[in-house]
This record gives sequence, structure tokens and C-alpha cells, in this order.
Amino acid sequence: MAEEKEGAAAEAIIADIQKKITDAFEVFDHECNKTVDVREIGTIIRSLGCCPSESELHDLLAEVEEEEPTGYIRLEKFLPMMTKVLMERRYRPIPEDILLRAFEVLDENKCGHLTKEELVKYMTEEGEPFTQEEMEEMLSAAVDPETNTVRYRDYITMMVVDEN
Amino acid sequence: CGTSTKGQNGFVHLSALGTFKAAVLIQRWYRRYVARLEMRRRCTWRIFQSIEYSCEQDQIKLHNFFSYLMDHFTPSSSKERDFISRMLTEEESYKDTELEKLCDYESVEVLDSYTGPHLSFPLLPDHATALLEAFKQKQQLHAHYVLKLLHETRRHLMQLPNINHVSTCYSEEITICGDLHGRLDDLFLIFYKNGLPSPEKSYVFNGDFVDRGKQSVEILIILFAFLLVYPKEVHLNRGNHEDHMVNLRYGFTKEVMQKYKVHGKKILKMLQNVFCWLPLATLIDQKVLIVHGGVSDMTDLELLAKIQRHKFVSVLRGKKRKEKSRHMDSKVINGESPVGVDPPRSSSFPGSCLQPGLASMASRTELSQWVRQTVEEELEKCRRQVGFSETPGDKELTCVSSVTMTESELESCETSESSQGEWKQIVDLLWSDPMPQEGCKMNTVRGGGCYFGPDVTENILQKHSLQLLIRSHECKQEGYEFCHNRKVLTIFSASNYYEIGSNRGAYVKLGPDLVPHFVQYQANKTAHTLTLRQRISRVEESAFRALREKLFAHTSDLICAFKGYDQEETGTITLSDWATAVESVLHLGLPWRMLRPQLVHSTAGGLLEYKSWLDYLAVEQRSKEHIQSSLLETIYRNRSNLETIFRIIDSDHSGLISFEEFHQTWTLFSSHMNIELTDDGISDLARSIDFNKDGNIDFNEFLEAFRLIEHTHCDDKAALPTSDGC
Repeated sequence: MAEEKEGAAAEAIIADIQKKITDAFEVFDHECNKTVDVREIGTIIRSLGCCPSESELHDLLAEVEEEEPTGYIRLEKFLPMMTKVLMERRYRPIPEDILLRAFEVLDENKCGHLTKEELVKYMTEEGEPFTQEEMEEMLSAAVDPETNTVRYRDYITMMVVDEN
Repeated sequence: CGTSTKGQNGFVHLSALGTFKAAVLIQRWYRRYVARLEMRRRCTWRIFQSIEYSCEQDQIKLHNFFSYLMDHFTPSSSKERDFISRMLTEEESYKDTELEKLCDYESVEVLDSYTGPHLSFPLLPDHATALLEAFKQKQQLHAHYVLKLLHETRRHLMQLPNINHVSTCYSEEITICGDLHGRLDDLFLIFYKNGLPSPEKSYVFNGDFVDRGKQSVEILIILFAFLLVYPKEVHLNRGNHEDHMVNLRYGFTKEVMQKYKVHGKKILKMLQNVFCWLPLATLIDQKVLIVHGGVSDMTDLELLAKIQRHKFVSVLRGKKRKEKSRHMDSKVINGESPVGVDPPRSSSFPGSCLQPGLASMASRTELSQWVRQTVEEELEKCRRQVGFSETPGDKELTCVSSVTMTESELESCETSESSQGEWKQIVDLLWSDPMPQEGCKMNTVRGGGCYFGPDVTENILQKHSLQLLIRSHECKQEGYEFCHNRKVLTIFSASNYYEIGSNRGAYVKLGPDLVPHFVQYQANKTAHTLTLRQRISRVEESAFRALREKLFAHTSDLICAFKGYDQEETGTITLSDWATAVESVLHLGLPWRMLRPQLVHSTAGGLLEYKSWLDYLAVEQRSKEHIQSSLLETIYRNRSNLETIFRIIDSDHSGLISFEEFHQTWTLFSSHMNIELTDDGISDLARSIDFNKDGNIDFNEFLEAFRLIEHTHCDDKAALPTSDGC
């Protein structure tokens, strides 16, 4: 009896997750034919609460692309993959304190801030480099115009508040 | 610090975290942040669009209301009869239909105290630039000159064919602009970036010059002035908003009355007769077709070229009393083809149905001649029956206006089937939207025109040897957008259309090679100084406010829907059920699960206490506890329609209606909407507005009382025109 109830509850959870995924997918389904441009998949996955790196994203894409890539991803392939990702709680968002420590690693002098140039160097030359557009956009909010530095602790706090 | 944490995500050995890994972490985090912003931006856009279209759907409800009146309401007194006929006729007090006399400018005196620009005719380029300068200084053109300008414009437009033919060999480049919707700043920006119209610079303005924005009058004056100064280089297409019935609802009528007060009525009347003369399309080099809305599978350019376009003063027609004709009419209003309709009683109709696509060229000419003749006969019949004297040059009385005049008076005047076919050609051109799927279906969202697929586009282009269709009518985030394999281009020139930062505007330039070049812009300084996040937040706030109002307006239906999911009456439902229920009530096609975090703030264990959530929505509305809640909901839901109805009743455009008229409107409306409304209820409603204008109600005040408090943007507040004797 208890097992049945659990089974039903689990099904309900899965159904709920699938509706969420479908909703997010449909926002980008401009032609209303259950396909989205492959370039939007990253946005969809991230807006569903996941935080994959670019290379992880690449791996996910490989799972849902057609044998001969058409530039479009179909919902029927995306849905099972994404359901699994959410059920397994993969690519969880980064906790605030971990993020802070990442900034601290970049802050060699441990002075509590990065210069604009330092941030640009790290973001565009290391890791999975930003495009110019991404860099400019980050700078517009992160740099304190008076000191021309990035006070990363404040920046993180502000961004976290924004999200909530 | 040397602690290492092992979490689920594999944040192992932080102490060994090199700069590479730190960078990846930050970049990952940041990209997710941007993705969420992008999702919010898309959702906000969807909200605005679906609300905009559902508002247009209100127009259908308005028609239903009028037809309900005509079918069910038997006026019990002459007063009531007058009231109804006033709602359904265009103008009652004017018996004289000669336009010159009707809207004469001679009697409008320009006082010495007037400091605005003076116009003399024929207009010179200096006049046009003087107007631009004057409007930049927030001056207003005197009604005398406005009327004269409108007369001259009409005279000019009357000479133009339905489809303007333009060639790129005269002026090398042609600039095409889309919807402006009263945004003067955008027009200034376009002229600034692209240059003024001149013999070297041709322009096509693709309709929707007015409504929504607050400077529709100024835009019209400027466009008409340049049209007269450079008739070979400036071309105007009619949009669906160049229509007085639409203007009643979307703000242009209000703007004219506010700016011109006493003379406003004349100006509005004159405008009706200018709008109907605007050409329907422009054709560049026989290759690029420019229309405001789009096409349908019935669109026939040859037929369109022959229509007497000025007959269609308003494309939004009322329904007729007769059962048969109502059936016909509702089919046409829904955009279906007139084929398959029973032939009307008039005997002069041929047996075959009107199938322009099938008829051969020769017989089509005959057909159109016959059509014109028959329509003329019908017009005459209508006119005679209504008792209009046959004055020479009385061609301005349109088929539509005469029909609406006679609807309440007599029952036998029917519009011919052929003129309904013509009407459909025009509606399709002005109201249609492209869709990704193949085929052609009625545009139920807008209540007129069609959704046309890539196959319809292909057919039209091939049939007339065209290579591109340029249209407007829909707001696009980047100001322009291609579809149908780049065969259809939407161009939209009103930036910040929904809200500051919501979208860019654009114009397109075509040279002799007919390759489009785009220029985008955003006419608001504030938009540029905001960060991406701030811009999105601002637009989002606006969208969600509108959405919450919509939700509030459907409170009772929502409660019913929620209760359906709460069989055990716990007072709570799951968030998933919430999403499904809300969509089933509002039918906006929105991704509710994505929007939920902005709409629902407090949940306990994934469950929502729906009653308190609905109360929270209600709190935002101004408190009107003494008005019954279902009535409140009705007002919110139908505010646009009510406004339109009030404006129609307010035939002298004073902004005031008598308490009696107010009462009568409500009685009719509530019986149509099946609401229990007692006389006391109506009195309560009236009392909620502080009025002491000797028994009259300022309906603007009334409607304002039922709006959410909007935060005002300093940029948006248009400075009031200086009172300079206008």
C-alpha cells in the first residue's frame, strides 16, 4: 500500500518536472513545432536551475542532437534527457561561499577586490573564455565606477539578491 | 584556508583550486545568471504580446454587445431609443454632409495671441521644417491650419491609386518605416539618423501612425505636410489604426479632443475622410510589396486596385438586424471567404459566387464594373431611405457609415456580397499576421484578417512576380524580423513600445538592388544608461503589473478553477495545478511555471493558499469595498470596451455623460454580461467617483479610478502644449 502511494507520488513529481521542462522549452519554440534552435538549449537548461560548464553543456547537447545535426533540437529528445538531469539533481547551482572563494583565488594580493584589467584577463583568457559581449555586460554591473575595481564580495551579494 | 569540501557537485579540493578552475566556476555562474535574465526577458515579451492581442480580442466582445443590443433590446421609450441609436450611429447632429461646409476652417479664427506656426498653401519645404521645429518646442498647430492641411491632404490622396507604384530609379534609396503609434521621438530620431524627406530621399510610412503614443496628432501633421511638399517621394499606406472606430479605443480620439477641445470634433470628422483615402499598398519596382498587415489566400492585387477604397471609412462594422444578413456578416467579420453564402435578396446579383481567383481577366473587369454599379445602387437606396438629400459631390457618404446609420432605422438595407468581398480584401491587407505553419486561417486573436503561412506568401509572390513582402503591424524586439524564408519582412518603428527598454525600433532602406539594409534605434536616453538587468527588470515590472491586473479581473473564475483542484477543501493547491488552472481561465498561452516565481511569493511545502493569494492581488487595486466584487471584476475586465462605449455615447466629445446615460449604459451592459446589478449598485458605483459637475460624470475620471497605480516615467510625461489661442 505504502509502496503504491510512493509510486504515485514519484510519478506526480516526474509529471511536474516534465511540465516545467516543456514550459521552458516552449518559450523558445518560435515556430510552435516542438523544436528550438540549438543555440538556445544552454539558456533553457540554465533557466531550469542547472549550472553546467560549457564543456558539460556540450556533452548534454551531444545526447540530444540528431545524427546529422540540423541546427534544431526536438522536444521529444530533450525531454527525457532533461528529466533525468533534474531528477538526478546534476549541475547544481554554485553556493555563494564557493563563488566567493573562487574570486579570492583570483585575488592574488588578497586585497578584497580585483582591478578591472585583472577580471578581464581572467575571464577572457582563462577557463572557458567570455565573448566580448559577455565581458562588457559583466563589467557594466561589476565595476565600481569610482575606484574602477571589482569589489567582488559586494558584487556577489548584489547578484544573489537580484536572483531572489 | 586549506579546507576541502566534497559536495554533490564535486567541489573537491578547493585548496588546490587553480586560477583556471576558479575562472570556470565564475564563468559558469555568470552564464547561468545571464540565461535566467534572458528567460525573464522572453517571458516578459510573451506577456505583453498576449495581453495586447487579448485586448484586441475585446473588439469582438464589443461587437457582440452591439449586436446583442440590436437583437434583444426593445427601447421602451423614445429616450431609450435615442440613446441606442446614438450608440450605433456615427453622427447624429450633422445633417449636412458636405464636407467643406462640415469641417470648414474659415470659421476657425486664428487669434493674434497664437504663437505657433502658420501655414500657407501650397506648402513649401520651409513649412514642413517649421512644423518640426515647432513640435520640438512643444507647440501646437492651430486648428485652422490643421483643418486646412487635412483638406489639402485629402485632395491629394484622392488622386492616388489604391496601390502606389514607386521606382528606385528616381531617388536611389527608399526608406521604409513601420508602426509609429504616436511616438514623435522615434520619428525625430529617424529623420535625424536618416535625413528628412527630399527629392533625393524617398520614404514609405507603412501605417499605424496614431494611437497608443501621446503625439499622434503631431506625427500626422508632419507626415501629411511632407506628403504635400514632396508628393513624389513620400508615400503613406493605411494601417488598421487609421480607422476612427479603433481610435475611439486606443487613444487617438482622446488626444485630439484634449488638444483641440472645441474644434476637435471637426478635426475628427475630417480625419475619417482622410484616413479612408490613404492608399492600401505600395509597390516598389514591381518587385517589393509593402502593406501594413499582410495577405491572405484570397488577396488579389488586381481586384484591390479597382476597389473604391474610400468607401471603407471604418473596417470595423456593426452587425445588422436581419437574421440572414447577420449570418453573412458574422462570417465576413470572422474573416472567412464570402464564398458559399446565400445570395442576398437583391435581384441584380449574378448566379455565380464571387471567386476573383477563378474568373478570367476580361470578365473580372466586367465584374468589377458591375460591382461598382451595384454598390452605387445600394448606396443610393440607403441614402434615399434615410432621407438624405442628394447633393452633388455627395460621394463621401460611405457604404459602411450609411449602413450603420440605417441599422437602427430600417431593416432592409443589405450590403451587397461583392462589397463584402472588397471589405475582406482590405481587412486582410490591414489586419493579417504571418504564421510559421502552412495554410491560411482566420485571425481570431485580432478579430479580423488572417494568419497566413509561407505557402500563401509564396503564391502571392509568384502570382505577381514579386520578390519580397514588407509589412508591419507586429512589434518586434529588434525592430525588424524576417520570416517565411526571408520572403516576409516585418518592420516596426516604435521603440520602447510596451515600456522603456522593451524593444528597439528600426527602418529599412532599399536601393536599386532591392537588398534591405537595416538601421535600429531606441529613442530614450534612460534605456542606454541602464544595465541589462535593470532594463529587463523595468520592463518586467510593467508586464507583471498588467498580468496581475488581468488575474484580478478573473478572480471568481479562478476561485472556481482552484476549487476544482482542491477536492478535499484544504484551501491549498499544488503549484502545478495552479499553473494549469490559471491557463484554463485566462487562455493567454503563457509559460505559467516559468512566471510563477514573480507572481506567487509565499508557498508552504509546494502548496499555495489560493484565497490569500487572490486577496494579495486585490490589495493592489484601490480600495472600493462598497462596490460588489463581481462588478469590480467586470469593470477591470471590460475597461477598454466601457471606455469605447462611453466615447461613442459622448457624441459632443466633452468627456462627460449624464448620470442617466451612465445608468442606461450599465443597465444594458450588465444584462448583456449577465450580472446582477441593482439600481443601488449603479448608484454606489457613481458615488465612488467624486463628481459634482451638475449631474454629469467625467468618465475619464471614472475609468482612471479603476486603474492600477502606475509609476510615471519623467520622460514619458509629454509637456502640455502652451495655450496659444488654439
